[in-house]
Amino acid sequence: MTTIEFEDRNPAGATGPQRSARHSRRTRAARDFDRHRMWVVARTDLRQLVQSKDYWIPMVALGSLFFFVIPTILLLTITRIGDINVVQQASQALKILPAQAQAQIQGSSPQGRTAFALAVYLFAPVAVVVPLTISTAVGAATLVGERERGTGEFLAHSPASVREIYLGKLFASFVPGYMTTLVGFGMYSLVVNLVVGPDVGGWFFPTSQWWVLMLWIIPPFLLLTLSLVLRLSARVRSTAAAQQASGLITLPMIGIAYSQSTGTLLGGSPNTGWILGAIAWVVAAISLHTGVRSVTRARLLGVAQ
Amino acid sequence: MESLGSPAAPPRPTTEGSGSSPTALVPPPYRGPLPNPPTSAVPSVPTGVTPVPAFGSDVAVVPPTATAPVTAPTDVGASAPVVQLSGVGHRFGANDALRDLSFEVPDGAITVLLGPNGAGKTTAIRAITGALAPMWGTVRTFGLDPDDDGHLVRPRCGVVSAKPALYDRLSGRDNLAYAAELYGVGADAADRIERCATRFGIEDALDQLVGGYSTGMKTRLALARSVLHDPQLLLYDEPTSGLDPESSYAVLDMIRDMTSYGHTVVMCTHLLAEAEGLADHIVMIESGTDLISGSPTELTRRYWPNPIVTLDAEDPRLLDRAAAFPGVSGYRRDPAGARLEVDDLRRVPDMVASLIADGVRVTRVEPHVPTLEDLYFTIRRESGVGERSIAAPGGAARPDGGLR
Repeated sequence: MTTIEFEDRNPAGATGPQRSARHSRRTRAARDFDRHRMWVVARTDLRQLVQSKDYWIPMVALGSLFFFVIPTILLLTITRIGDINVVQQASQALKILPAQAQAQIQGSSPQGRTAFALAVYLFAPVAVVVPLTISTAVGAATLVGERERGTGEFLAHSPASVREIYLGKLFASFVPGYMTTLVGFGMYSLVVNLVVGPDVGGWFFPTSQWWVLMLWIIPPFLLLTLSLVLRLSARVRSTAAAQQASGLITLPMIGIAYSQSTGTLLGGSPNTGWILGAIAWVVAAISLHTGVRSVTRARLLGVAQ
Repeated sequence: MESLGSPAAPPRPTTEGSGSSPTALVPPPYRGPLPNPPTSAVPSVPTGVTPVPAFGSDVAVVPPTATAPVTAPTDVGASAPVVQLSGVGHRFGANDALRDLSFEVPDGAITVLLGPNGAGKTTAIRAITGALAPMWGTVRTFGLDPDDDGHLVRPRCGVVSAKPALYDRLSGRDNLAYAAELYGVGADAADRIERCATRFGIEDALDQLVGGYSTGMKTRLALARSVLHDPQLLLYDEPTSGLDPESSYAVLDMIRDMTSYGHTVVMCTHLLAEAEGLADHIVMIESGTDLISGSPTELTRRYWPNPIVTLDAEDPRLLDRAAAFPGVSGYRRDPAGARLEVDDLRRVPDMVASLIADGVRVTRVEPHVPTLEDLYFTIRRESGVGERSIAAPGGAARPDGGLR
């Protein structure tokens, strides 16, 4: 006689109803999420941004200012300046940098060393301010904007789940800021290498810390900020209120992100950036997960209590 | 009453008017050509004229506080109702948006939710798709609970809200494409977009930004979007708001056309003229509660079971003798003439002949078909819901009641 042994699918001792509830939640979450629909929501938002010159022209201007104009002027001033006293004063100021950071500064001339230090260590805020500013501006208006235009009614009646809407909106807010930052980062790298490179023995930028900063640390901070901004956008009654309130979130986030990114660039251990980024990703993931609850159909309709 | 020499009078129909009178005598149903521009679509009592007092009727209207709605049997949609609301309630702060609202939407028909602004029509639409979960009561759409099974309900619904809810920064085509993708139209989306745009007459404007559309074009685009995914149930919330009479007429014509494509339509309106020409089934809503529901024919039969004739004469006072004629169950005279409720329209020629023989110079003999307007104001008056304004044809409110 053959004995059939059933696999124990309940090793933890979960009872039937508990399993059922978990299964139900998983099933519901699965049916509530269609990646294509999320992408459709995001793509439509992005298309509207592209159609709106009054939005993307300031965005490009901001990116150009921070990643191209200001660095170019400053670095050219340092490397081509005639007054050696000014350079020496700037060079003295760099002594406040940690010893490990000072040891990594390249260049034989005072101009070269000063320009290297500025390019590598002191422009970190640029990488933080630009994406957070741009994405926050988009994110703050995204949900309340739907409500104000009346299109929230369309979304509320549509088959799109609130999770798809939330993540679609989040993605559409993330992309403009981060893409601007990446493009600006490329431009900045070019400027730095062309202006400072000859004084430090060739192209040197981006450094490994900058790669970590751009690809590992900035994204989670941006997502974390957006997850908070979208909660606001879902709750407030007007875009103006959302913009005002998002400032309360964005400014501290810029401060935190700046201090952490500066720490990554200046910190001694090469693992500092990786660890910091990992923590930021975990916090961002939790915030994103819980942030979905802020979007409800009643809020899209503008009738939430 | 004085005999008019008519044949044996037919038996008086019951108050339900369920068919004891010959079919030929039943007033024509409401369904018919769409009204011309609303100002002239429905006959109305001239302003300043004393309303015709009520004929006798023993049909009770349930006041808003009653729990059991008056639901007349409907003569449309024999299959299971597409939508069922039972005792549905919702509250916004201290205000009751819906209060024990109950009604059914028959399959394949146009159901009109009729009520003044703030009656709860929009909230009812939102509850039907699950966009808003009611605080109490039961909603079933396609037999499903839209709050739990919204992912199954919403793809089968097409909604046009009072504000068209279009993306102004996108073209008409992009708006439709967005809806097509959200509703999972599939590979033939482009073809469907073209066909829908053509059907609603916006094909030439499809590539323009919607921000440049007129209000009428936006409504057409919203209508096209609502049918793009071929839904079973169409929910239109005051789709003609903001439109001129001609555009309204065109939009209503399109909506009426929907049922020929197999759609079930629910339309909210506070315009009696719209409902008059369109409704297969009417649900009158007031303060979040259904006052009455049923087909227009059934409802008017319930309120006016007998045919009504309007008479006028050079000296209207002489018409008073008609009150005593056989078969006349009700009589009222006002400056517009005399109205008689008779058990059989076939008595009318004899009545007129008798009046003429008595020297009365009759100037008008006209069967009166009770309108939705008559019905609406009668129900509101009898249910004691007050005199909140609703737009009667011509824009005038009719708090005075209609025929009764």
